[in-house]
Amino acid sequence: MSSIKVYVPGDSAAVSVGADEVAAEISRLATASKIDIEIVRNGTRGALWLEPLVEVQVGADRIGYGPVRISDLADLFASQFLSGGSHALALGKVSELPWLAAQDRVTFKRVGIVDPLSISDYQSHGGWVGLQRALTMSGEEIVAEVTESGLRGRGGAGFPAGIKWKTVLETPDETKYICCNADEGDSGTFADRILMEGDPFTLIEGMTIAAIAVGAEVGFVYIRSEYPAAIARLSAAILIAREFGILGSSVLGSRYAFDIKIRAGGGSYVCGEETAMLESIEGKRGVVRSKPPLPAIAGLFGKPTVINNVLTLASVPAVMADGAASYKSRGVGRSLGTQIFQLAGNIKQGGIVETGFGISLGELITGYGGGSLSGKPIKAVQIGGPLGAYFAPKNFDIPMDYESLIAAGGMLGHGGIVIFDAGVDLAVQAKFAMEFCAIESCGKCTPCRLGSTRGAETIQRIIDGEDFEPNRRLLLDLCEVMTDGSLCAMGGLTPMPVMSAMINFPEDFENRAEGTR
Amino acid sequence: MTHSPWSIDAAIAVLEPLRAEPGPVLIALQAISGEFGYVPSEAVALIANTFNVSRADVHGVLTFYHDLRTTPALANEIKICVAEACQAVGSRDLEKVLKATYADQVCDAFCFGNCALGPAVMVNGKLIGRATPAMVAEEIK
Repeated sequence: MSSIKVYVPGDSAAVSVGADEVAAEISRLATASKIDIEIVRNGTRGALWLEPLVEVQVGADRIGYGPVRISDLADLFASQFLSGGSHALALGKVSELPWLAAQDRVTFKRVGIVDPLSISDYQSHGGWVGLQRALTMSGEEIVAEVTESGLRGRGGAGFPAGIKWKTVLETPDETKYICCNADEGDSGTFADRILMEGDPFTLIEGMTIAAIAVGAEVGFVYIRSEYPAAIARLSAAILIAREFGILGSSVLGSRYAFDIKIRAGGGSYVCGEETAMLESIEGKRGVVRSKPPLPAIAGLFGKPTVINNVLTLASVPAVMADGAASYKSRGVGRSLGTQIFQLAGNIKQGGIVETGFGISLGELITGYGGGSLSGKPIKAVQIGGPLGAYFAPKNFDIPMDYESLIAAGGMLGHGGIVIFDAGVDLAVQAKFAMEFCAIESCGKCTPCRLGSTRGAETIQRIIDGEDFEPNRRLLLDLCEVMTDGSLCAMGGLTPMPVMSAMINFPEDFENRAEGTR
Repeated sequence: MTHSPWSIDAAIAVLEPLRAEPGPVLIALQAISGEFGYVPSEAVALIANTFNVSRADVHGVLTFYHDLRTTPALANEIKICVAEACQAVGSRDLEKVLKATYADQVCDAFCFGNCALGPAVMVNGKLIGRATPAMVAEEIK
């Protein structure tokens, strides 16, 4: 009899709640019971509240149990869980979990299913199909296909990927670079990390297609140092890809050469800004550059450079494999394809929700998310990271796409949604936004470097009711100066959480000193 | 995470493989930091000489990045995420408790990408989700 396959996620989030210990204990108990098992450390399915989510292969199905604690394992063995036995933690077929079945997994289709470092798993789940197709096409044709798909930058700016690639393709130079921005610093976002840990070959394939399209031979992935497991997993995947002739002097036996290097960040948030990232890859202080020149024309080491986020590049293999028409059949308006939303903070069912653009905020939070973790009413949600807007439950009908969020005074950013319950004070959150900017500003623009500190002080005075109305007006004025007077989003968008908190939660910005004096 | 005591020979050995790398200053500082747990002032001069850049350039990079420290690492490195998603599940209170217990061994961090299972704390490189003071205590050396 062949061994039983047991999946215990090796993802950092699962490991943070005990997946390593659970895997070791399953192995120990199986050995003690003389049951032959093979443990696969897959990525996470993204249903993070179920982690560690243990899956057992029973025939063609994978039966899930979760969240599994070490203390549950003796009982699970007694319930014959290795043959799919019933138990209080049993979830049935994982692929049929309503939370997962309702999603439209395109970019994340393999994450949580495959062994992240198994190239045969990757191949048997549709891997390299997009790359093989790209190898039969000219650079212009690949760029046209990506443009046609409507794929836009998933890092936050939402710039059409194909148009960026076209600029690099049409800029003549012997040396060009592909830079993958994996400096996923926004609180409430973790999709880049989960993809790199759970399906790293998809990113490698996407970068390789980009390289072939524009004529680059070297790629860099800039990964934040807070993601040591992602760095390790992607490094291992790159070595394997070289060994199998995907990367190297001849990509899949073609005339194209391409290789990837990893650079780790230094704990600086602003290095997620694309030009600061280039400076950091060049080994310098992460100080933002003026644009123009666009990085597509003069980027890394002054050479034409494609800079895309992990999710953008990881969506490219699906675009190339299934065609632009299939990709753009999803989504709404000018927000085409799928978005990988991330539910975070005070949420009962947090994790990854990949679905077409246009789903409402409320459907994500109450439908997928199941409400707050604490059980208290939700008071606020912040969309798009520390530079994104705070919204109230009255805004839950906002459709989640680039344009609708801008119209509502916010932004999609990297797709992270942080949920806060009734305990949150939006004046304190607004002050934090300024403090964060003061800590992380690169220092180049005065409104960002100094305005953030003055902003935090001013909000504290508003909270204390000190010269309330003049300080309130001063804050509005300061926000305007920061928005208009900063080169990049760090200073330019820090006013967004501040202003949205003031607009959507006026009750938290009332004069608290009134009636107490 | 064991670190070697500073020695110039060990530092040279760490830097040597980086000679062919483009833009080597930050990765050189990271390599030194990984080996010794911090970047001693002697290493600044060594990096400047090895890669033919000014000491001011190296100092500039060294002082820009939060990860790089110029004093020896402490017995424990406790990083608590104080970004929004962890704030939403009580990281500010946890931060107070940890700082009262472990003082300067605790430092603030902004996001480990564990935002659905906060509060997140990284103790000596190990990430803890839904962290409590007791869970942190278990990882302390």
